[in-house]
Amino acid sequence: MNNNVKKRLYFFLVSIITVLIIGKFIYDSLKINSVYFFSPSDLVSITEIPNGKIRVGGMVKNKSLKKKGNQYSFIVTDFKNEILVYYKGIKPNLFEEGQGAVVEGKLNTRTNFVATKILAKHDENYMPKEVADALKKTGNWKNNYGK
Amino acid sequence: MLSFFNSKNFRNFHDDYLFWIKIFFLTLVIFGLIISLFVSPADYLQGDTVRIMYVHVPASWLALQIFAVMSICGFITLIFKTRIFTLISKSIAPIGFTFSLISLFTGSIWGQPTWGTFWTWDARLTSMLVLVIFYITYIFIWKIISKFNLAEKLSSIVSLIGLANLPIIKFSVEWWNTLHQPATIRFTESSTIHSTMLTPLLIMFIAFLSFSIIIFLIRFKLESLNLKINSKR
Repeated sequence: MNNNVKKRLYFFLVSIITVLIIGKFIYDSLKINSVYFFSPSDLVSITEIPNGKIRVGGMVKNKSLKKKGNQYSFIVTDFKNEILVYYKGIKPNLFEEGQGAVVEGKLNTRTNFVATKILAKHDENYMPKEVADALKKTGNWKNNYGK
Repeated sequence: MLSFFNSKNFRNFHDDYLFWIKIFFLTLVIFGLIISLFVSPADYLQGDTVRIMYVHVPASWLALQIFAVMSICGFITLIFKTRIFTLISKSIAPIGFTFSLISLFTGSIWGQPTWGTFWTWDARLTSMLVLVIFYITYIFIWKIISKFNLAEKLSSIVSLIGLANLPIIKFSVEWWNTLHQPATIRFTESSTIHSTMLTPLLIMFIAFLSFSIIIFLIRFKLESLNLKINSKR
Protein backbone atom coordinates (compact mmCIF):
# COMPACT_ATOMS: atom_id res chain seq x y z
CA MET A 1 0.00 0.00 0.00
CA ASN A 2 1.36 3.38 -0.83
CA ASN A 3 1.36 6.25 1.59
CA ASN A 4 -1.64 8.07 0.18
CA VAL A 5 -3.84 5.02 0.44
CA LYS A 6 -2.70 4.53 4.03
CA LYS A 7 -3.47 8.13 4.90
CA ARG A 8 -6.96 7.90 3.47
CA LEU A 9 -7.53 4.62 5.26
CA TYR A 10 -6.55 6.13 8.63
CA PHE A 11 -8.70 9.15 7.97
CA PHE A 12 -11.56 6.86 7.11
CA LEU A 13 -11.14 4.72 10.23
CA VAL A 14 -11.10 7.76 12.49
CA SER A 15 -14.24 9.18 10.88
CA ILE A 16 -15.99 5.80 11.15
CA ILE A 17 -15.28 5.66 14.87
CA THR A 18 -16.54 9.24 15.32
CA VAL A 19 -19.70 8.47 13.39
CA LEU A 20 -20.27 5.30 15.41
CA ILE A 21 -20.01 7.23 18.68
CA ILE A 22 -22.40 9.92 17.43
CA GLY A 23 -24.69 7.20 16.15
CA LYS A 24 -24.73 5.56 19.56
CA PHE A 25 -25.91 8.81 21.18
CA ILE A 26 -28.60 9.32 18.55
CA TYR A 27 -29.73 5.73 18.96
CA ASP A 28 -29.96 6.06 22.73
CA SER A 29 -32.03 9.23 22.59
CA LEU A 30 -34.25 7.83 19.84
CA LYS A 31 -34.90 4.73 21.86
CA ILE A 32 -36.39 6.83 24.64
CA ASN A 33 -38.22 9.44 22.60
CA SER A 34 -39.49 7.73 19.50
CA VAL A 35 -41.91 5.21 20.86
CA TYR A 36 -44.41 4.22 18.22
CA PHE A 37 -46.71 2.62 20.76
CA PHE A 38 -46.73 1.84 24.47
CA SER A 39 -47.56 -1.52 25.97
CA PRO A 40 -50.14 -1.69 28.79
CA SER A 41 -47.24 -2.40 31.19
CA ASP A 42 -45.52 0.83 30.12
CA LEU A 43 -48.66 2.72 31.13
CA VAL A 44 -48.66 1.25 34.62
CA SER A 45 -45.23 2.70 35.34
CA ILE A 46 -45.74 6.22 33.91
CA THR A 47 -45.87 9.03 36.45
CA GLU A 48 -48.52 11.24 34.85
CA ILE A 49 -51.22 10.57 32.31
CA PRO A 50 -50.26 12.15 28.96
CA ASN A 51 -52.66 14.75 27.62
CA GLY A 52 -52.16 14.30 23.88
CA LYS A 53 -52.78 11.48 21.50
CA ILE A 54 -50.83 8.29 22.21
CA ARG A 55 -50.78 4.76 20.85
CA VAL A 56 -51.13 1.56 22.83
CA GLY A 57 -50.32 -1.83 21.39
CA GLY A 58 -50.78 -5.42 22.42
CA MET A 59 -52.96 -8.44 21.96
CA VAL A 60 -56.75 -8.18 21.88
CA LYS A 61 -57.77 -10.40 24.78
CA ASN A 62 -59.89 -13.43 23.96
CA LYS A 63 -63.64 -13.06 24.67
CA SER A 64 -63.25 -9.39 25.55
CA LEU A 65 -64.55 -7.84 22.31
CA LYS A 66 -68.05 -6.44 22.73
CA LYS A 67 -69.94 -4.83 19.89
CA LYS A 68 -72.93 -2.50 19.97
CA GLY A 69 -73.73 -0.98 16.57
CA ASN A 70 -70.46 0.58 15.53
CA GLN A 71 -69.26 0.92 19.10
CA TYR A 72 -66.66 -1.51 20.31
CA SER A 73 -65.06 -2.20 23.62
CA PHE A 74 -62.22 -4.63 24.17
CA ILE A 75 -59.21 -5.34 26.34
CA VAL A 76 -55.65 -4.91 25.06
CA THR A 77 -53.18 -7.03 26.96
CA ASP A 78 -49.45 -7.78 26.96
CA PHE A 79 -50.05 -10.79 29.23
CA LYS A 80 -48.89 -8.86 32.30
CA ASN A 81 -51.14 -5.85 32.36
CA GLU A 82 -54.22 -4.90 30.43
CA ILE A 83 -56.20 -1.85 29.43
CA LEU A 84 -59.84 -1.39 28.49
CA VAL A 85 -60.36 0.32 25.13
CA TYR A 86 -63.49 2.00 23.76
CA TYR A 87 -63.81 2.70 20.07
CA LYS A 88 -66.49 4.07 17.76
CA GLY A 89 -66.16 3.58 14.03
CA ILE A 90 -65.23 0.99 11.44
CA LYS A 91 -62.76 -1.69 12.44
CA PRO A 92 -60.11 -3.10 10.08
CA ASN A 93 -60.85 -6.56 8.66
CA LEU A 94 -58.00 -8.27 10.42
CA PHE A 95 -58.86 -6.81 13.80
CA GLU A 96 -59.98 -9.81 15.85
CA GLU A 97 -59.72 -11.36 19.27
CA GLY A 98 -56.38 -13.06 19.82
CA GLN A 99 -54.67 -10.83 17.26
CA GLY A 100 -52.28 -7.95 17.75
CA ALA A 101 -53.57 -4.41 17.51
CA VAL A 102 -52.40 -0.84 17.93
CA VAL A 103 -54.97 1.70 19.07
CA GLU A 104 -54.56 5.45 18.76
CA GLY A 105 -56.36 7.86 21.03
CA LYS A 106 -56.50 9.35 24.48
CA LEU A 107 -55.80 7.82 27.84
CA ASN A 108 -58.49 8.61 30.41
CA THR A 109 -57.11 6.69 33.35
CA ARG A 110 -54.32 4.15 33.55
CA THR A 111 -56.66 1.35 32.53
CA ASN A 112 -59.19 3.20 30.39
CA PHE A 113 -58.53 4.30 26.83
CA VAL A 114 -60.70 5.98 24.19
CA ALA A 115 -59.46 5.13 20.71
CA THR A 116 -60.01 7.25 17.63
CA LYS A 117 -58.26 4.83 15.31
CA ILE A 118 -57.55 1.10 15.30
CA LEU A 119 -54.67 -0.50 13.44
CA ALA A 120 -54.50 -4.28 13.18
CA LYS A 121 -51.00 -5.57 13.82
CA HIS A 122 -50.04 -8.52 11.70
CA ASP A 123 -47.52 -11.02 13.05
CA GLU A 124 -44.68 -12.69 11.19
CA ASN A 125 -46.47 -16.01 10.72
CA TYR A 126 -47.51 -16.94 7.21
CA MET A 127 -49.31 -20.20 6.56
CA PRO A 128 -52.14 -21.69 4.50
CA LYS A 129 -55.55 -22.09 6.12
CA GLU A 130 -55.28 -25.90 6.19
CA VAL A 131 -52.05 -25.75 8.18
CA ALA A 132 -53.54 -23.24 10.63
CA ASP A 133 -56.55 -25.52 11.15
CA ALA A 134 -54.32 -28.55 11.66
CA LEU A 135 -52.25 -26.66 14.24
CA LYS A 136 -55.38 -25.59 16.07
CA LYS A 137 -56.57 -29.21 16.15
CA THR A 138 -53.34 -30.57 17.61
CA GLY A 139 -53.13 -27.78 20.14
CA ASN A 140 -49.87 -26.31 18.87
CA TRP A 141 -51.57 -23.08 17.91
CA LYS A 142 -49.60 -19.93 18.71
CA ASN A 143 -47.84 -21.52 21.65
CA ASN A 144 -45.01 -19.08 21.02
CA TYR A 145 -47.21 -16.17 22.07
CA GLY A 146 -47.07 -14.60 25.46
CA LYS A 147 -43.36 -15.16 25.90
CA MET B 1 -8.66 -10.53 -8.08
CA LEU B 2 -8.23 -6.97 -9.28
CA SER B 3 -7.83 -8.13 -12.84
CA PHE B 4 -11.43 -9.36 -12.66
CA PHE B 5 -12.67 -5.85 -11.95
CA ASN B 6 -11.92 -4.58 -15.39
CA SER B 7 -14.51 -2.64 -17.37
CA LYS B 8 -13.72 -4.69 -20.42
CA ASN B 9 -14.53 -7.93 -18.58
CA PHE B 10 -17.98 -6.67 -17.68
CA ARG B 11 -18.61 -5.44 -21.21
CA ASN B 12 -17.54 -8.78 -22.64
CA PHE B 13 -19.79 -10.55 -20.16
CA HIS B 14 -22.63 -8.32 -21.34
CA ASP B 15 -22.00 -9.20 -24.97
CA ASP B 16 -21.61 -12.92 -24.39
CA TYR B 17 -24.20 -13.79 -21.78
CA LEU B 18 -26.88 -11.09 -21.69
CA PHE B 19 -29.19 -13.11 -23.94
CA TRP B 20 -29.01 -16.16 -21.69
CA ILE B 21 -29.56 -14.18 -18.52
CA LYS B 22 -32.65 -12.65 -20.15
CA ILE B 23 -33.96 -16.13 -20.99
CA PHE B 24 -33.23 -17.25 -17.43
CA PHE B 25 -35.02 -14.21 -16.02
CA LEU B 26 -38.09 -14.61 -18.24
CA THR B 27 -38.53 -18.29 -17.42
CA LEU B 28 -38.13 -17.63 -13.73
CA VAL B 29 -40.44 -14.62 -13.55
CA ILE B 30 -43.23 -16.34 -15.52
CA PHE B 31 -42.87 -19.50 -13.44
CA GLY B 32 -42.63 -17.49 -10.21
CA LEU B 33 -45.67 -15.33 -10.99
CA ILE B 34 -47.80 -18.37 -11.84
CA ILE B 35 -46.82 -20.08 -8.60
CA SER B 36 -47.22 -17.01 -6.41
CA LEU B 37 -50.48 -15.79 -7.96
CA PHE B 38 -52.29 -19.07 -8.63
CA VAL B 39 -50.63 -22.14 -7.14
CA SER B 40 -49.56 -20.97 -3.67
CA PRO B 41 -52.25 -21.03 -0.98
CA ALA B 42 -53.99 -18.01 0.50
CA ASP B 43 -52.94 -17.04 4.02
CA TYR B 44 -55.14 -18.20 6.91
CA LEU B 45 -55.60 -14.63 8.08
CA GLN B 46 -54.79 -12.25 5.25
CA GLY B 47 -56.35 -14.32 2.48
CA ASP B 48 -55.18 -13.41 -1.01
CA THR B 49 -53.56 -10.17 0.17
CA VAL B 50 -50.55 -12.29 1.10
CA ARG B 51 -49.64 -12.50 -2.59
CA ILE B 52 -48.42 -8.91 -2.49
CA MET B 53 -45.58 -10.25 -0.33
CA TYR B 54 -44.06 -12.11 -3.28
CA VAL B 55 -43.24 -8.77 -4.88
CA HIS B 56 -42.85 -6.65 -1.76
CA VAL B 57 -40.26 -8.76 0.09
CA PRO B 58 -37.82 -9.48 -2.81
CA ALA B 59 -37.99 -5.80 -3.81
CA SER B 60 -37.21 -4.69 -0.24
CA TRP B 61 -34.33 -7.15 0.10
CA LEU B 62 -32.79 -5.99 -3.14
CA ALA B 63 -33.27 -2.32 -2.29
CA LEU B 64 -31.17 -2.90 0.85
CA GLN B 65 -28.60 -5.19 -0.73
CA ILE B 66 -28.00 -2.91 -3.69
CA PHE B 67 -27.40 0.02 -1.38
CA ALA B 68 -24.96 -2.11 0.63
CA VAL B 69 -23.03 -2.88 -2.58
CA MET B 70 -23.04 0.84 -3.42
CA SER B 71 -21.59 1.64 0.01
CA ILE B 72 -18.80 -0.90 -0.42
CA CYS B 73 -18.06 0.54 -3.85
CA GLY B 74 -18.05 4.03 -2.34
CA PHE B 75 -15.57 2.91 0.30
CA ILE B 76 -13.19 1.39 -2.28
CA THR B 77 -13.52 4.44 -4.50
CA LEU B 78 -12.63 6.84 -1.70
CA ILE B 79 -9.70 4.84 -0.37
CA PHE B 80 -8.13 3.21 -3.40
CA LYS B 81 -9.29 5.59 -6.15
CA THR B 82 -10.33 2.90 -8.55
CA ARG B 83 -12.78 4.23 -11.09
CA ILE B 84 -14.55 1.00 -11.94
CA PHE B 85 -16.30 0.78 -8.57
CA THR B 86 -17.77 4.22 -9.15
CA LEU B 87 -19.16 2.95 -12.41
CA ILE B 88 -20.63 -0.14 -10.73
CA SER B 89 -22.24 1.99 -8.04
CA LYS B 90 -23.54 4.53 -10.53
CA SER B 91 -25.08 1.82 -12.72
CA ILE B 92 -26.93 -0.01 -9.94
CA ALA B 93 -28.27 3.05 -8.09
CA PRO B 94 -31.43 3.45 -10.25
CA ILE B 95 -32.17 -0.27 -9.88
CA GLY B 96 -32.09 -0.05 -6.11
CA PHE B 97 -34.09 3.17 -6.20
CA THR B 98 -36.81 1.51 -8.28
CA PHE B 99 -36.95 -1.47 -5.93
CA SER B 100 -37.21 0.76 -2.87
CA LEU B 101 -40.16 2.58 -4.50
CA ILE B 102 -41.79 -0.75 -5.38
CA SER B 103 -41.29 -1.82 -1.78
CA LEU B 104 -43.02 1.29 -0.41
CA PHE B 105 -45.91 1.16 -2.88
CA THR B 106 -46.68 -2.55 -2.52
CA GLY B 107 -46.26 -2.14 1.22
CA SER B 108 -48.90 0.56 1.44
CA ILE B 109 -51.25 -1.39 -0.83
CA TRP B 110 -50.84 -4.31 1.59
CA GLY B 111 -51.09 -2.07 4.64
CA GLN B 112 -54.51 -0.66 3.81
CA PRO B 113 -56.46 -3.96 3.99
CA THR B 114 -54.23 -5.50 6.69
CA TRP B 115 -53.48 -2.72 9.16
CA GLY B 116 -56.19 -0.31 8.12
CA THR B 117 -53.86 2.45 6.94
CA PHE B 118 -51.74 3.21 3.89
CA TRP B 119 -48.98 4.88 5.84
CA THR B 120 -47.88 5.31 9.42
CA TRP B 121 -44.72 6.79 10.89
CA ASP B 122 -43.33 3.70 12.56
CA ALA B 123 -39.60 2.96 12.59
CA ARG B 124 -39.53 0.48 9.70
CA LEU B 125 -41.56 2.61 7.29
CA THR B 126 -39.75 5.81 8.19
CA SER B 127 -36.27 4.30 7.83
CA MET B 128 -37.28 2.82 4.47
CA LEU B 129 -38.37 6.30 3.35
CA VAL B 130 -34.97 7.59 4.46
CA LEU B 131 -33.37 4.97 2.19
CA VAL B 132 -35.42 6.28 -0.75
CA ILE B 133 -34.19 9.79 0.06
CA PHE B 134 -30.58 8.53 0.09
CA TYR B 135 -31.11 6.96 -3.32
CA ILE B 136 -32.59 10.20 -4.65
CA THR B 137 -29.68 12.22 -3.23
CA TYR B 138 -27.16 9.85 -4.78
CA ILE B 139 -28.77 9.96 -8.22
CA PHE B 140 -29.26 13.73 -8.04
CA ILE B 141 -25.57 14.31 -7.36
CA TRP B 142 -24.73 12.60 -10.63
CA LYS B 143 -27.43 14.56 -12.47
CA ILE B 144 -26.51 17.98 -11.10
CA ILE B 145 -22.71 17.92 -10.85
CA SER B 146 -21.06 17.79 -14.25
CA LYS B 147 -17.47 17.41 -12.99
CA PHE B 148 -16.91 13.66 -12.84
CA ASN B 149 -14.30 13.72 -10.07
CA LEU B 150 -16.40 15.85 -7.75
CA ALA B 151 -19.56 13.86 -8.37
CA GLU B 152 -17.62 10.65 -7.77
CA LYS B 153 -16.39 11.85 -4.40
CA LEU B 154 -19.68 13.31 -3.17
CA SER B 155 -21.79 10.36 -4.26
CA SER B 156 -19.39 7.92 -2.57
CA ILE B 157 -19.65 9.88 0.66
CA VAL B 158 -23.45 9.85 0.43
CA SER B 159 -23.50 6.09 -0.14
CA LEU B 160 -21.24 5.60 2.89
CA ILE B 161 -23.40 7.76 5.16
CA GLY B 162 -26.43 5.85 3.94
CA LEU B 163 -24.81 2.62 5.05
CA ALA B 164 -25.62 3.58 8.65
CA ASN B 165 -29.30 3.49 7.73
CA LEU B 166 -29.25 -0.15 6.59
CA PRO B 167 -28.94 -1.80 10.04
CA ILE B 168 -31.60 0.63 11.27
CA ILE B 169 -34.00 -0.63 8.60
CA LYS B 170 -33.11 -4.25 9.25
CA PHE B 171 -33.37 -4.16 13.03
CA SER B 172 -36.01 -1.43 13.41
CA VAL B 173 -38.65 -4.11 13.96
CA GLU B 174 -36.67 -5.50 16.90
CA TRP B 175 -35.30 -2.33 18.48
CA TRP B 176 -38.56 -0.41 18.54
CA ASN B 177 -42.24 -1.16 18.84
CA THR B 178 -43.37 -1.02 15.24
CA LEU B 179 -46.60 -1.69 13.42
CA HIS B 180 -44.58 -3.60 10.84
CA GLN B 181 -44.15 -7.25 11.81
CA PRO B 182 -40.69 -8.70 12.61
CA ALA B 183 -38.71 -10.60 9.99
CA THR B 184 -40.24 -13.85 8.82
CA ILE B 185 -37.18 -15.29 7.11
CA ARG B 186 -34.37 -15.67 9.63
CA PHE B 187 -30.93 -17.14 9.26
CA THR B 188 -30.33 -18.12 12.87
CA GLU B 189 -33.75 -19.49 13.77
CA SER B 190 -36.40 -21.35 11.83
CA SER B 191 -38.50 -19.18 9.55
CA THR B 192 -42.14 -18.63 10.39
CA ILE B 193 -43.44 -19.16 6.89
CA HIS B 194 -44.90 -22.31 5.41
CA SER B 195 -42.81 -23.96 2.68
CA THR B 196 -45.60 -23.60 0.08
CA MET B 197 -45.21 -19.84 0.49
CA LEU B 198 -41.45 -19.76 0.89
CA THR B 199 -40.79 -21.41 -2.48
CA PRO B 200 -42.51 -18.76 -4.66
CA LEU B 201 -40.88 -16.07 -2.53
CA LEU B 202 -37.38 -17.40 -3.20
CA ILE B 203 -38.11 -17.93 -6.91
CA MET B 204 -39.31 -14.34 -7.19
CA PHE B 205 -36.20 -13.15 -5.37
CA ILE B 206 -33.86 -14.91 -7.82
CA ALA B 207 -35.95 -13.56 -10.71
CA PHE B 208 -35.65 -10.01 -9.39
CA LEU B 209 -31.94 -10.55 -8.80
CA SER B 210 -31.33 -11.69 -12.37
CA PHE B 211 -33.37 -8.71 -13.57
CA SER B 212 -31.04 -6.44 -11.59
CA ILE B 213 -28.03 -8.12 -13.21
CA ILE B 214 -29.49 -7.55 -16.68
CA ILE B 215 -30.06 -3.86 -16.06
CA PHE B 216 -26.67 -3.57 -14.38
CA LEU B 217 -24.82 -5.08 -17.36
CA ILE B 218 -26.62 -2.81 -19.83
CA ARG B 219 -26.12 0.31 -17.74
CA PHE B 220 -22.52 -0.52 -16.92
CA LYS B 221 -21.60 -0.89 -20.57
CA LEU B 222 -23.25 2.44 -21.32
CA GLU B 223 -21.57 4.25 -18.42
CA SER B 224 -18.10 2.89 -19.09
CA LEU B 225 -18.23 3.67 -22.82
CA ASN B 226 -19.57 7.12 -21.97
CA LEU B 227 -16.64 7.72 -19.67
CA LYS B 228 -14.23 6.54 -22.33
CA ILE B 229 -15.65 8.95 -24.92
CA ASN B 230 -15.70 11.89 -22.51
CA SER B 231 -12.14 11.35 -21.31
CA LYS B 232 -10.88 11.32 -24.89
CA ARG B 233 -12.44 14.66 -25.64
